[in-house]
Amino acid sequence: MPHKTFFWFILPTGLAMILFIGLPIVSSFFQSLHIETEQILMEVENCDPFGCKTNVRVDVEATEKLRQENPLGRFNGFGTYTDRNHLAFDEIGEAWNTSSSMSEFKDIVLNLPFYKALLFTLTFCFAVTPPVIILGFIVALSVNTLSKIIKGFIVFGTILPMIVTPLIGSLVLFWMIDSQGIIGASIQILFDDPNLSLKASSNLTWITLIIYGIWHNTPFAFVVFYAALQTVPQDPIEAAYIDGASRYQRVRYIVIPHLYPVATFIMLICLMDNFRVFEPIIGFSAEGVAQSLSWMIYQDLRNENKMLFGSAGATSMLTIIGIAFLLTPVLIRTWKEFRTER
Amino acid sequence: MKKLIIALLISFASTSVFAGSHSPCGVTSGSINILANEFTTYRIFMDEVKSCAGPEADFNVTHSVDHNKLQVAALSANPAEFSAKLVTNGSITPLMNDGLIRPLDDLVAKYGSNLNDNQKITIDGKIYAVAFMANAQHLWYRESILNDLGIAVPSTYEEVIAAAEKIKAAGVMENPYAGAFKSGWNLGQEFVNMYLGHGGEFFKSGSAQPNVNNEKGVAALNVIKKLTELSNPDFLTQDTNAVKEEWESGNVALMHVWNSGAASLLDDEGDQDIKADTRLAPSPTVGGGNKPATTLWWDGIAIATNTSDENAEASFRALVGAASSTDLANNNPNATVWLIKGYTPGDTAGPVVDAASRGTTPYPSFPHMSLMHGALSTELVEFLQGNESAEKALADVEAAYIAKATEQGFL
Repeated sequence: MPHKTFFWFILPTGLAMILFIGLPIVSSFFQSLHIETEQILMEVENCDPFGCKTNVRVDVEATEKLRQENPLGRFNGFGTYTDRNHLAFDEIGEAWNTSSSMSEFKDIVLNLPFYKALLFTLTFCFAVTPPVIILGFIVALSVNTLSKIIKGFIVFGTILPMIVTPLIGSLVLFWMIDSQGIIGASIQILFDDPNLSLKASSNLTWITLIIYGIWHNTPFAFVVFYAALQTVPQDPIEAAYIDGASRYQRVRYIVIPHLYPVATFIMLICLMDNFRVFEPIIGFSAEGVAQSLSWMIYQDLRNENKMLFGSAGATSMLTIIGIAFLLTPVLIRTWKEFRTER
Repeated sequence: MKKLIIALLISFASTSVFAGSHSPCGVTSGSINILANEFTTYRIFMDEVKSCAGPEADFNVTHSVDHNKLQVAALSANPAEFSAKLVTNGSITPLMNDGLIRPLDDLVAKYGSNLNDNQKITIDGKIYAVAFMANAQHLWYRESILNDLGIAVPSTYEEVIAAAEKIKAAGVMENPYAGAFKSGWNLGQEFVNMYLGHGGEFFKSGSAQPNVNNEKGVAALNVIKKLTELSNPDFLTQDTNAVKEEWESGNVALMHVWNSGAASLLDDEGDQDIKADTRLAPSPTVGGGNKPATTLWWDGIAIATNTSDENAEASFRALVGAASSTDLANNNPNATVWLIKGYTPGDTAGPVVDAASRGTTPYPSFPHMSLMHGALSTELVEFLQGNESAEKALADVEAAYIAKATEQGFL
């Protein structure tokens, strides 16, 4: 395609991307460099049904005046990025100097909110993505061999976990794994331990979330693999069949090489999706033991009485950088494949 | 404190006369759109508000347990998403901080002739809210279970723990205690109760500097830890409504939840044997303190600043009509402790009156308290799971609070 044609072809998309993706990111970045203006406090007399007493309140007028002067708030540079709730440089430096062993240092760092969230996010990403690809492939292969009559029905059933809204899906499972729910009670009977609860320990909660993630994401891999399977050329398969290749050999030496680029694509999307894991944490009420980067943004914007825009902006920027790091190897690989194909 | 007791014990003449003043009910112009928490007593209150507004009124109400998280954003918009909000002494401060609710003196003068004086919440001389009920968390117990094992009704948390251990040891129940320990606001509230019960102060006096990492904080955490060990292992996922379900399923013999829970725990639905066996008791003291380890709350109505005067008046009329309805209070005497004129307290009001008379601290109304509560909500979990020491958990609370308070401009 000539460069000029390409330019006009991509222009509407490019403009939309700048408007709806580029500008919000720039705006978030700009906000993340600022913190709220100073709150001016004053002493007042409060009376309620329990009596009168002197208390402090925010002087709304004076604070509002400051806010009018600096609508963005006070400039804080990268202060929010390096504070305890984000990269925590000071705390890490101190931990490095004071801790006597590597494991103590590790404990201190992983107790900091950002690193705790990062650990869960990465664990979730890397524990969910490979099983999703493998399972999706196996399911696609199996469904592909079914007879036409039941195929449509089975395909629908298989993609159901993806159709269910993540929050609803996780809530349904949350009730099922309750100690009085069907799965929770069965597990208690199976292990003969009336106190076994999937919600109680952090390890079991993490495992539950990961299993949920696999359940929810597998249909996506299945759909893509299934579509790709329809494009596998039949000639080499038939030739291999005549040569006496087993089903395993045909899959291993013809189908898998053909689907390889598709697998890379699925991995890319899955890593990206799982890095922003959020809904299951809410659905499973797992905030206490499993926090992700997206959940931290939610916490800043939703769980405080006042929205912490600067903090949320900083976490968003760090998340974008995280995704970029994560995807770089995959993108480099895709680029190389693209070059060799040319 | 005395005012409340007097208001509760003395019932005034209950004729609803709005002499020399405008009757609030029967709203015909302006629209009413209310944001409120979700529990049975509020539903009862809102039914009255709706009937006061009348059939011609444009009336909407949104009940949500997430009301605290929604309110600032919803009322900051101009025009505001809601014309009115049901507030408490906890949730009013973030709204006051940003000037999101309006003074009500004019409207009270016009429509509030039937209000008790102690219903008027004044801040710096202006009325910003009208309270209609008082609430507190306190002890609930199953009488037959305590009687069978010869346990006296506990009056301290040390006795609560001993009683729960005895019930467990006797094999009557696996997890005899319950409290709302869900990580988030509920867990933070349990610490607030226990820390105040130990006589703690959340901030260094006269400043916004945190002050929880001390002996009292550690003692409070250790009591909470012991209680959670006697609770359902899923305690970190159970909020007040989940605890009430546990109670109604007969899994629990002792619990510390809101007085307003009576509206759903003592209604005609559910297992009537458990209902008949349910008793209310004052909130226990802890660690040798003399104040009960709980907080006093009022619930009231507030009107948004960023709404038109017409909508503000319409909303206030409907709400204040309910907040001064003696019939509402006396038809539902056990739904909560009403502050309404002419109310004769029901059987369940005792623990709240008791808490008030023993000098229980109202929930702190510092502008920066919500940030402290937020830090408590997230940083105590690891201690309760046994992964962290109490001192470390409290140090984390202070560090998390400082980071947020700095960003908000309090430090």
